[in-house]
Amino acid sequence: MTTAFLNTDALPYCKGCGHDLIARHTTKALDKLNYDPLDVIMVTDIGCHGIIDKCLNTHTVHGLHGRSVALGAGISFGNMDPNKKIVVFIGDGGTTIGLQHILEAARLNLNMTVVVHNNYLYGMTGGQSSGLTPQGFNTTTSAEGNPFSGYDLCALTHAAGAAYTGRIMGIGDISDKLAEVFALKGFSLIEVLEICPSYGVKLNPRRKLQEIVEKSGKPLGDWTQEREPFEAHQGKKTDDLLSRLPIVKKAFNSYLKKPLSLVVSGSAGEGVQLAAGLISKAALISGLHVTQKGSYPVTVGVGFSTAEINLSNEHIRFHGINVPDMAIITSADGLAHNRKKIEAMKEGMLIIDSSLTAPQTEAEVIQHDFRALGARNAAIFSVFFFALKTGIISTEAIFKVIENEGKTEKLPLAKIKEALSVI
Amino acid sequence: MQNINKEKRTLVDASRLIIESMARAGADAFIGYPITPANLLYQYGSQRMPLMLAAPDEITTLQWMAGLAAAGKVPITATSFPGYALMIESVNMAYMMELPMVIILVQRLGPATGTATCGAQGDLSLLRGNISGGHPMPVFSTSSFADCWTLSAKAVKTAVELRTPVVLLTSKEEVMTTKSFDLATLPEIEPVERKYYDLKCDGKYKSYKATGLVPDFLPVTQNKHQVRINASTHDKEGILQHSNDEAMANTQRLEDKIRHKLYDYIEYEYHESKGAEKLVVSFGITAAAAKDAIKKLEQQGKKVSLLIPKTLVPAPEVYIEIMESYNTVVVVEENINNQFSDMLYGIRKPANHRFVGSLGKMITPQQIIEEVQA
Ligand SMILES: Cc1ncc(C[n+]2csc(CCOP(=O)(O)OP(=O)(O)O)c2C)c(N)n1
Ligand code: SF4
Ligand SMILES: [Mg+2]
Repeated sequence: MTTAFLNTDALPYCKGCGHDLIARHTTKALDKLNYDPLDVIMVTDIGCHGIIDKCLNTHTVHGLHGRSVALGAGISFGNMDPNKKIVVFIGDGGTTIGLQHILEAARLNLNMTVVVHNNYLYGMTGGQSSGLTPQGFNTTTSAEGNPFSGYDLCALTHAAGAAYTGRIMGIGDISDKLAEVFALKGFSLIEVLEICPSYGVKLNPRRKLQEIVEKSGKPLGDWTQEREPFEAHQGKKTDDLLSRLPIVKKAFNSYLKKPLSLVVSGSAGEGVQLAAGLISKAALISGLHVTQKGSYPVTVGVGFSTAEINLSNEHIRFHGINVPDMAIITSADGLAHNRKKIEAMKEGMLIIDSSLTAPQTEAEVIQHDFRALGARNAAIFSVFFFALKTGIISTEAIFKVIENEGKTEKLPLAKIKEALSVI
Repeated sequence: MQNINKEKRTLVDASRLIIESMARAGADAFIGYPITPANLLYQYGSQRMPLMLAAPDEITTLQWMAGLAAAGKVPITATSFPGYALMIESVNMAYMMELPMVIILVQRLGPATGTATCGAQGDLSLLRGNISGGHPMPVFSTSSFADCWTLSAKAVKTAVELRTPVVLLTSKEEVMTTKSFDLATLPEIEPVERKYYDLKCDGKYKSYKATGLVPDFLPVTQNKHQVRINASTHDKEGILQHSNDEAMANTQRLEDKIRHKLYDYIEYEYHESKGAEKLVVSFGITAAAAKDAIKKLEQQGKKVSLLIPKTLVPAPEVYIEIMESYNTVVVVEENINNQFSDMLYGIRKPANHRFVGSLGKMITPQQIIEEVQA
């Protein structure tokens, strides 16, 4: 006999398998709720329970082992119609490997129902123990009884935030219970307990489900909490990532003759990247082509902070810098990080804080007390110094960039100007 | 040449170009999990995409994307090898299910966690074989900021039109570098046109029945036709099968779909220098150094041609045809095992091929020049 939801009466399980009961009563429950089969999306996991797809008249999505809850979650995110029902079929094995997905869907309280077919073992692969196998239960991989107790899946899912969690025996007519759960908003999970005749019954002769459940210490029951179901909160969106980029026209001159590679380096927290950004932006409004990238340890708040900049009158393709043409070093961290590069310099210029001992190098060495204006201003000061010494960019261009960015108040420009005036 | 008055010069990083391009092409959801050097892409994705979701790991990322794609969205994500490694089974799932999505893979130095902030080109060998069965999954490689714009849109278009996951392969050095750039040079991007199975058709819709090589798509959120999506071996209807003829024909179609259809999606640059006997082949981040090298050699009066492959998987034969027309071929990529040549020739690389590789350092134009002149 077929029903609105089932296209066959012959379900593909071994004789007596509890999965049969769950599949029939799931479809019966959906029928009771008057769902159109094509308003139901059944997502099935890999495992014996998952081979039900072909018998169903709903949409069917058959994914990977353990991932079906996340897959169903994705559909839930993408579904805008509250009249659709997303049901996930998963086993105790899939639950074990994909537990995170269940907790996540519960935490977000996504609109969907997960039906866990807990037969206490991996049926499809031959009856091995899973994370839900109770202590003392025999499986093919624990013939003398599982030494560990199983997860309390309902407790975990409830704690993660599911609107509903429940544990029932897979015996008798469970369609009313399932219908009740399917009708709920938000995330619901129902764990249905059963024994797999092919492995569970065989390996645990004369043991009744009732007794196994009692001994497992995982009570039957319902656990609910009042929570709003998931709604995407997307915050403020930009409709175009490019439209707000500042478009600049050439407004200053540069005395750059040939392409220049420059390393600016100091300590984290001392404004190195900001300072390097000033060079790049000042170069841009001076008509130059620019590349800039940062380099710092994984913990960005300590140690060195280096910026690599290329400036050219022409389009720059390769932006790597092995040996720079120029280096600006404002702290010991910066020096340590670039010592080899500086030693390899055959020409060019090293601008370095006077507190540091310049390494052996063939570059022209210019020292200045950049830290005089405070460690936090050392890099910024060095950039103005660089402009003044080289003419590659002008100090006016840097001031303009600072003004454009509304940073005039934030930087000690008066102090910098005063310090520059005596150079 | 660009009219100077129309110029729109600014500083921009490639991450921004990639995300904006994909959004304009029709990507509408970004699923993210943080990983250096893909974090800028995540940040921009969250600002730009109509839907942004923060996944708790990369397996979830891909599963959520697949679910969204089944519901009719065009999701994208960005990651690096450690994250991609976690995604692979799910990438296979999306491939088998024929769900569109784009994964921006930002290469960094491996193995394993390697160095998060160091660039590399070490993931091609993985990508050319990451679908079980060896079936090809489209991989596009960006080699300039201009590519980051056009190929990103192309990746979205390919994913939708061929119903497949697509990898956009880039590198730390590309997506974390800021450059002066003229936005006026960016061509318009046409949003990809989504074609659905005609709901008015009376016949039975079969999820994997394809008149061409690509089956018509219907989301699971409509209720006119039953949709069956399946990651296991399946027939045209989407029903699980062991290995019957119909199911094998379906799997064969997956292979054919990418191999045949991707001919419409082949992207490469070939700068032929008439009379040149040497060819430099380079892709991705290293192509910039190769361009500089060729230019310098040209200035010295030396003729060298340049091939920049951009469709990396499946590799079109034209690459071999071009390479075979030169006496000397220098392949340049930032790894130490010449993965590009390995893909084309296996263990027997032609005797006239040379390789410039590197580990943990960008290859310089000078290194290329030296090998070309050696
Ligand atoms: C990643 C992955 N690991 C392992 C498997 C093999 N596998 C297939 S089904 C299954 C167990 C299914 O057990 P369960 O989820 O409890 O379902 P049941 O068969 O008991 O209904 C396993 C481990 C797989 N398909 N994928
Ligand atoms: S092996 Fe066990 S779980 Fe699988 S169908 Fe048979 S009885 Fe059911
Ligand atoms: Mg099981």
